[in-house]
Amino acid sequence: MITELGHFALILALFVAIVQATVPLIGAARRHNGWMMFGRACALAGLVLTTQAMLALMHAYVVSDFSVINVIANSHTDKPLLYKITGVWGNHEGSMLLWVFMLAVCSAAVALFSDNLPPALLARVMAVQGMIAVGFLLFILLTSNPFLRSVPPALNGNGLNPVLQDPGLAFHPPFLYLGYVGFSVAFSFAVAALIEGRVDAAWARWVRPWTLASWCALTIGIAMGSWWAYYTLGWGGWWFWDPVENASFMPWLVGTALIHSAIVVEKRDTLKSWTILLAIITFSLSLVGTFLVRSGVLTSVHAFATDPERGSFILGLLVAAIGGSLTLYAIRAPALRGGGLFAPISREGALVLNNLLLSCGCATVFLGTLYPLFLDATGGPKLSVGFPFFNRTFVPMMVPMVIAVGIGPMLAWKRGDLLGALQRVWAAYIATALAVLIAFYVTNGGPVLAVLGFGLATWLATAVVIELTDRLGLFRIAVRDSLHRAIRLPRAAYGMSIAHFGLAVSVAGFSASAFDREAIEVVKIGNAIDIAGYHLVLESVDRIPGPNYVADDAAVRVSHDGHLVKVMHPERRFFPLQSQTTSETAIRTNLLSDLYIALGDPGDGGGAWTLRVYWKPLVPFIWLGAVIMAFGGLVSLSDRRWRVGVAKRARGKGPVASAAAAE
Amino acid sequence: MSRLLYLLPLLLFVILAGYFTASLRSGRDIRELPSALISKPAPNFDLDGLGRSEKLSLSGLKGHPAVINFFASWCVPCRVEHPLLMRLKTENHVTIYGIAYKDKPADSLKLLDTYGDPYARVGVDQAGLTGLDFGVYGVPETYVLDSAGIIRKRFVGPLTAESVDTELLPLLKQLEHASGGAS
Repeated sequence: MITELGHFALILALFVAIVQATVPLIGAARRHNGWMMFGRACALAGLVLTTQAMLALMHAYVVSDFSVINVIANSHTDKPLLYKITGVWGNHEGSMLLWVFMLAVCSAAVALFSDNLPPALLARVMAVQGMIAVGFLLFILLTSNPFLRSVPPALNGNGLNPVLQDPGLAFHPPFLYLGYVGFSVAFSFAVAALIEGRVDAAWARWVRPWTLASWCALTIGIAMGSWWAYYTLGWGGWWFWDPVENASFMPWLVGTALIHSAIVVEKRDTLKSWTILLAIITFSLSLVGTFLVRSGVLTSVHAFATDPERGSFILGLLVAAIGGSLTLYAIRAPALRGGGLFAPISREGALVLNNLLLSCGCATVFLGTLYPLFLDATGGPKLSVGFPFFNRTFVPMMVPMVIAVGIGPMLAWKRGDLLGALQRVWAAYIATALAVLIAFYVTNGGPVLAVLGFGLATWLATAVVIELTDRLGLFRIAVRDSLHRAIRLPRAAYGMSIAHFGLAVSVAGFSASAFDREAIEVVKIGNAIDIAGYHLVLESVDRIPGPNYVADDAAVRVSHDGHLVKVMHPERRFFPLQSQTTSETAIRTNLLSDLYIALGDPGDGGGAWTLRVYWKPLVPFIWLGAVIMAFGGLVSLSDRRWRVGVAKRARGKGPVASAAAAE
Repeated sequence: MSRLLYLLPLLLFVILAGYFTASLRSGRDIRELPSALISKPAPNFDLDGLGRSEKLSLSGLKGHPAVINFFASWCVPCRVEHPLLMRLKTENHVTIYGIAYKDKPADSLKLLDTYGDPYARVGVDQAGLTGLDFGVYGVPETYVLDSAGIIRKRFVGPLTAESVDTELLPLLKQLEHASGGAS
C-alpha cells in the first residue's frame, strides 16, 4: 500500500512538473504575474511528492518488503539497517529517484530563497527546473521504475554486493548527486538568462552561491570516492583515471572554472557568454556523470550499452537538454555584450587564464576518456590511453595553473602590476627553493614530478599566506588596525584563501606518493615486520561472526621506538550468501602519514598469514586538502553579500550597468 | 565569424550525439557491440605471464574452446564478477584465461592472492594494446573462442549468474561437442 502511494506520488510529481515547466514560462512571456508565481507553488508541491516517493521506497527497504522487485534485487533481511537504507540508492532505479528528490530540493530552495529575484527571471528558472524534472521523472516511470511489484513475492532478497556495503561508498553517491543536481540551478539560470536575453552583475550574484554550494558537495563527493578506492580497492592507490572517476572529475573542473568566471561577470560585467556556456557545459557533464556513477547497474563505460531501451532514453534526454540549451545559446549569446575592458595582466586576465587551463584540462580528460571509443569507430591507429597519457597531458597543464593561483589574487582589477606582485611574494621564492632542495635531497634526486609537486605546493601555500597578511596589513600597520581589517574583510576573501590553501595541501599529498614504502610478507603468529620505523607484531588471528559475514580478524601490535602505538585489526570477511570474500584494511593515520595493513591469505600449514603493509607519508593531505577546499567554499558561501539586499538589478548606472539599461 | 563561434559548441555536440546515436542504433542488443569481431579470428596476442605463470598467446589456446576474461585490480565491476569466476572454476570446471588489462603486474598478483585465482593462466597487458585489438571498452569483458581461435561470443561488463547459466555454459558445451567431434 505504502509502495503504491509512493508510486502514485511519483506519477503526480510528473504532472506537477509538466505544469511547472509550462505555466510560468507562458506567464513570463505574457507578463501575467499569477502564472509566473505559480512555478513556486509547483516546486514546493514537487518536493512534497518526491519526498513521499523517496520515503515509500525507503520504507520498503527497511521493512524488507520482498514483493517489490527492486528490494528483492538489492536487499536481504540479514543486511544491517544502515545498508538497508543506503541500499535505496545503491542501485540504478533508486539512485535515479534520489536524483529527482535532490532536484526537487534544489527547485524548492530556489523558490523559497528568491524574494529579491525579478518575477520573470524566477518564473523562467522554475520552468527550466520543471523541464529537467519532467525528463527524469519520465525516465524513471517508463524505464527504471523502483516501485514495480513481483508476483509472487520472494522469500528473501539477493542482497547488496558486499563490496558496496561500506560507509564510504554508501554516502559517496548522495554527495556526488547533490553536486550534479546543484549545477542544474546554474544551468536553469543560464537558460533563463538566454531566454530573457540579458546577463548582468546581479544575475551572477544570484547564480554564484548555488554554483558554490554544488561545487562544495561535488568536491566532497569526489574526495569520498577516491578515499573509498584507497582503502578498499587499490592497495593504496587513490586515483585511477577510470572512466567512472573522470565522469565526476570533468564537471568539477568546469564547475571550478564557472565559479571563477562568474566573479568576473559580477565584478566587471564581462565574460558573459563564456560564463553562460560554462554553466551549460557543467550541467551537461553532470548529466553524463549521473549515468556513470559507481553504484548500481551503470557501473562503467558500459553504462550506455547494458540496456538499449534505457540507453536510447538517456541519449534522448541528453540531446534534448544539451542540444536544446546549446541551440538557444547559438541564437541568443551573440547579443550578450560585455561591459568592462581589461588589460591582459589584471585580475580578469588571471581568471581568464584559470578558465582556459581548467577547460583545456577538462577537454583533455574528456578526450582521454572517449578516445578509445572513437578510434574503435574510425578504425584509426590503436593507441592506449591511461596513466601515462594523463600524466603527460593533464599534469603539465595544471602546473602553470597552480603557479597562477598563487599570483592571480594579488593582481588588481582592470590593470594589474605583475612585477609588483612578483616582488611582493619574495618570501615564497625562498620557501619554494627550500622545499625543492629538501625534496630533492630526501628522494635522492627521485621522480621529477614529486620534487616539482612539493615546490608547487609550497609556492602556493606561502603565496596564499602572503596575500592574506598583505591584505590585513600584518607587520606593516598597527596590530589593532590589522585586527580591524581582519573583521571587516569579507568572508568571500577568507573563503578564497582557504580554498586555495586546500589546493596546496592536496598537491603536497599527490606528490608524496613517491616516498611510499611497502612490505608484503608471510608472517607467522608472533613474528614481526619492520617498516619506516614501525615494528609490527602479528599477535593473533581470530574468527569472529558478523551480521551477515564471518571474519578472520587479525590483531597487529604496532610500536614505534619501543612505545606501543596501537593494536590494529585488519580483517578478511566472508559473505556466505554471495560466497565472496572482502578485505577490510586497517589504517592508522596521524594526519601526516598512514600506516596501512591488509590481511591476505593464510599461509600453508596454518599459523602464518600474508600481511601487506604500506607506509604512506602525507597521503591524508589529499583528502584533507579537498575538505579544506570545500570548507573554503562554505566560508565564502556565508558571505553576507549573498543575503543582504545588494542583489538588486542595477538600474543602468554604476559599474554594473548593462543590457538592463536598454529596457 | 563571431556568430559561427557561438555555433561551435552546438556543432561539436551534434557530432558527438550523432556518433552515440549511430552506435546505439547499429544493433539492438548493444551487449554484442561492436560485433565486427564476432565469427572472426581473434586478434593475435603473445603476452608475458603474470608472476610465475607461463606466457599467454593465441596460438597456445587453439585446439580447445577458450574463455578469455579481461580484468584489472582497480576495477569495481571486476570485483563484483570475481566470485562468479571462482564458481565457474570450482563448480563448473571451466578453464578461464585472464588478461590483466592496464594493470600493474604486482597489483594483479595481489588481487589474485587476496581473493583467489580463477584463472588457468594470466597474461599481462599493461599497455592495454591487446585490449584495444579486441575492442575492449572497459573491464571486465569476457570472450569465448572456439577451438580454431574464432571469437564466438563477447560479454560486455560483468558476467551475471543468469548470463553464465543461459549463455556461457550452453555455448561452451556446444563448442566442446563440436571440437570433440572434429578431432
